[in-house]
Amino acid sequence: MALRRKSYPLLAFYLLLSLVPVRGAARAQEPPYFVTYSHVMEEPGNLELASQNLYAAPRDTNAFYAQTVELEYGVTAWYTAELYLQGQSTERDSTVFTGFRIEQRLRPLRTEHWINPVLYVEYEDHNHADKSFLEVVDHDVISDQQASNAELRASVERALEGKLILSSNRNGFNLSENIIAEKSLSNKPWEFGYAIGGSRALASAASIRACRLCRQNFAVGGEIFGGLGTRYEFGFGNTSVYSGPTVAYRGPSGFTVTLGPEFGLNANSAQVLWRMKLAYEFSQIRDLWGRAK
Amino acid sequence: MKRLLARTLLVVTAGLLMGAADGSWLRRVPESARCRTNPLPDQQAAAQAGLHLYANQCARCHGDHAQGKGSRPPLVSERVARATDGELAWLLRNGNAWKGMPSWSSMPEAERWQLVAYLRRINRNGSEPPTGAVQGERR
Repeated sequence: MALRRKSYPLLAFYLLLSLVPVRGAARAQEPPYFVTYSHVMEEPGNLELASQNLYAAPRDTNAFYAQTVELEYGVTAWYTAELYLQGQSTERDSTVFTGFRIEQRLRPLRTEHWINPVLYVEYEDHNHADKSFLEVVDHDVISDQQASNAELRASVERALEGKLILSSNRNGFNLSENIIAEKSLSNKPWEFGYAIGGSRALASAASIRACRLCRQNFAVGGEIFGGLGTRYEFGFGNTSVYSGPTVAYRGPSGFTVTLGPEFGLNANSAQVLWRMKLAYEFSQIRDLWGRAK
Repeated sequence: MKRLLARTLLVVTAGLLMGAADGSWLRRVPESARCRTNPLPDQQAAAQAGLHLYANQCARCHGDHAQGKGSRPPLVSERVARATDGELAWLLRNGNAWKGMPSWSSMPEAERWQLVAYLRRINRNGSEPPTGAVQGERR
């Protein structure tokens, strides 16, 4: 309960933000996924500030709340850079900063195809107290989180992660598949994972009236993600898998909220991860340093 | 060394952005896409919906009056007026990534045609302030 109370001011701030029409805002295009990436890049010059919140109360493990702050900038229409800052608070334990990630996404093809690849490279530096669930790789299981934060944060992992993002938009639907390969910079084998998402906007055409709550501002979808073991033990066994529906509301003032529970599909997973992502898009911040007239 | 790298990156990025308005994308439009016409039955209603889409999605880069902004080209122009519906719809779907225009393929197809109808209207009527109504609603 204390955890939830802590997030009230942040939630109130974001809700307030959603009601204020802001001139520097733009509506994001991203499909409503928490883990899966699509080929939608950040628009050039835009900065998205997002807070990804996760609450879970797994069996035999203390309940926790994890927050990831994301700063995503569209350098060009084919290159997006992102910084993640992660932390978590565990009930009957402590609140800790768990690390950061720097990612780059590159879209190599100039035009839209039936399937569109995006190359993703990330450097991550986080300790094992990280509970952000931004992906599952290797044999990550929920019982790994039973140790205390003090023990978990003592072990730090620095890794390079690559993703092959494949994504298609057809008849208003988006289908995205991510194949994940991660290599710890210490002497550990390659680790693998996957994420798949599908989504659709609720309306196929815009209303002739300017409106806040019309169907065109909502998108629904679902995703599934899990680990694929390591180079030596490749497969779906002994790892966790999550899946669930998502819904997103994209306000005309540049605010997006994405909600959804993700259910653990096997005994290695938490029963449910409650997720909420709040994002705000600052439009054309590059104009601040005077490139535009 | 760091300064040299930063300057090189800045020059490359500026070069890419400055080339945004050269219209070379028109040569890449396939014939099948070029000759498509706007399938929406009521062009006036489509243009009206397109106005709101423009205000939400396009005005930040191309200006409230579609007059262009910095290296981002105007959309009330000879080139847009001459382009076919199919060419404009192709550009919205594919973007012109190397020149700074993102793909809008995640926008439903009907919405892209609504934007095309709106671009047609402002190019027919001169620089009609596209966000007049929307700015009023914003206040």
